[in-house]
Amino acid sequence: MSIKLGVPSKGRLMEKTFGWFGKRGITLTRTGSEREYAGVVTGIDGVDLVLLSAGEIPRELAAGRIHLGVTGTDLVHEKLPLWEQQTEEVSPLGFGHADLVLAVPKCWLDVDTLDDLDAVAAAFRARHGHRLRIATKYHRLVHGFLRETGVADYQLVDSQGATEGTVMNETAEMVADITSTGDTLRANHLKILADGLVLRSQATLWRSRSAPVSDADRETLKTLIRQVG
Amino acid sequence: MPTRAETLAEAARLRALFQAAGALPIETPILQPSETLLDLYGEDIRARAYVTSDALHGEQMLRPDFTVPVVQMHMEFGAEPARYTYSGEVFRHQDEHPERASEYVQVGYELFDRSNPATADAEVFARIAEAVAGLNLRAATGDIGILMAAVRGLNTTERRKRALMRHIWRPRRFRALLERYSRRAPVPPTRAKLLALEDPLAVDVPWIGKRGQAELAERIEALRAEAEAPPISTTELSALDNLLSVRETAPYALGHLRDIAVDLPSITPSLYLLEARLGALDACGIDVENLDFEASYGRTSMEYYDGFVFGFYAERRPDLPPIATGGRYDALTRQLGGGSEIPAVGGVLRPGLMLELREGLA
Repeated sequence: MSIKLGVPSKGRLMEKTFGWFGKRGITLTRTGSEREYAGVVTGIDGVDLVLLSAGEIPRELAAGRIHLGVTGTDLVHEKLPLWEQQTEEVSPLGFGHADLVLAVPKCWLDVDTLDDLDAVAAAFRARHGHRLRIATKYHRLVHGFLRETGVADYQLVDSQGATEGTVMNETAEMVADITSTGDTLRANHLKILADGLVLRSQATLWRSRSAPVSDADRETLKTLIRQVG
Repeated sequence: MPTRAETLAEAARLRALFQAAGALPIETPILQPSETLLDLYGEDIRARAYVTSDALHGEQMLRPDFTVPVVQMHMEFGAEPARYTYSGEVFRHQDEHPERASEYVQVGYELFDRSNPATADAEVFARIAEAVAGLNLRAATGDIGILMAAVRGLNTTERRKRALMRHIWRPRRFRALLERYSRRAPVPPTRAKLLALEDPLAVDVPWIGKRGQAELAERIEALRAEAEAPPISTTELSALDNLLSVRETAPYALGHLRDIAVDLPSITPSLYLLEARLGALDACGIDVENLDFEASYGRTSMEYYDGFVFGFYAERRPDLPPIATGGRYDALTRQLGGGSEIPAVGGVLRPGLMLELREGLA
């Protein structure tokens, strides 16, 4: 047996994760060709590298198929209703900062707060005969937030990409999406509601609470967590 | 834990009990059109219902409760007054309570009768109370109609009352609205700035999306009217607060509410109804003197009930959801009936939980 460490398989998130572990004496490297998702861990024994899409890491942690995983807070909270029972936060990694926010068209001059949004949603439904549509891929988080804050008469429409464009295309009236600088929102003529912050997210190292461990694995896990923590 | 066969047998027994009391047994489909339910319940139902779809019928839901199909069936075929009973599985996600079943059996008793709401309310409550007798449950009761009457009677603009009515079931937003309408909450600076503009729409922004300039102008007009409307009075506000905090045995609650009616006279008719209901319950053999009444009961969990509400709880098993719940849902029938209302009151039981409790008592 060995400890399985799940890490995003591409892009800046992968590179920065490699860098973060590297600084702590654990070297993660990809092996084989550029396209092959395989890698090795040096600097600690008994740890296997598993390269995965960041979006699949929460599920793998919950299922206990990996012991540790790096992915955003947003994805863990969205995909795992019982994330506190299924995973444990080992350490935030200090990069991949992004906020899940509610954003409306800049031309909605009368809408700055959730209070406004709720009033507009009621009027919109009465006028257009359907609920105000919010494009998002974070259904659970957004619904939970709007229920908690008491906003009604909206409808979530699924958007797995180019979400900011849905308003111009009139497939949604507003969006709930991840942003780090707000540039994409601004470029698409959207503004963030003053009290529309649903969640602050960053890349985080998580431990699965259900992955089976042998005695040797437990030692490895302890050493690894001590070394990076 | 009771087996599925035991639960179904218990459900059949309860249904027979209701049938013997004059209810017509009915069956409804398990697959329900998603659109109707979404329209009535909003996103909350999509988050909790099992949603499925096929290319021909589009999005459908596994029946999250019986109310909607029963009302639809009654409106299509029913004669009045009508009593129905049903039993079957309902399906709900239990993301927040993984220990609870996501598929369970309900048995219901529904009464459609426009002659006397007080006796209809009492009849349904008494039927359910009779069915759970011996399980040592605590009954909670309330009446959303009193709060609604209070809001309708407020000495303020129609627009404010409509907004408050819309959020009867969302206490937090209801509170936020009251704070605003009584001028206790500060006006955001951006709002003050917008309203001070001669022509707020004369700005250089791209007009995108389906919500057009006419709608914006309309809302800004409404905001101006709102800014000019006098605040809701402190007297009415504290009377509302008092109303929402009423929680005692029914006769005392009624007395207390009568005192509150001095400042909120619009609730008086709903108090006559409460009094008549208590009389009718007494006539059904319910111990009204010791019946709990909470004016806020049902506000967070029972959207679509708009009058009498009740629930039966196993106090020694706080981990369990209510064993039985019910109430009056006239507004729902109005929405489903396209304006024509059929006063309706009903209750549902959880035979699986009843067996579990009985095992615990044995």
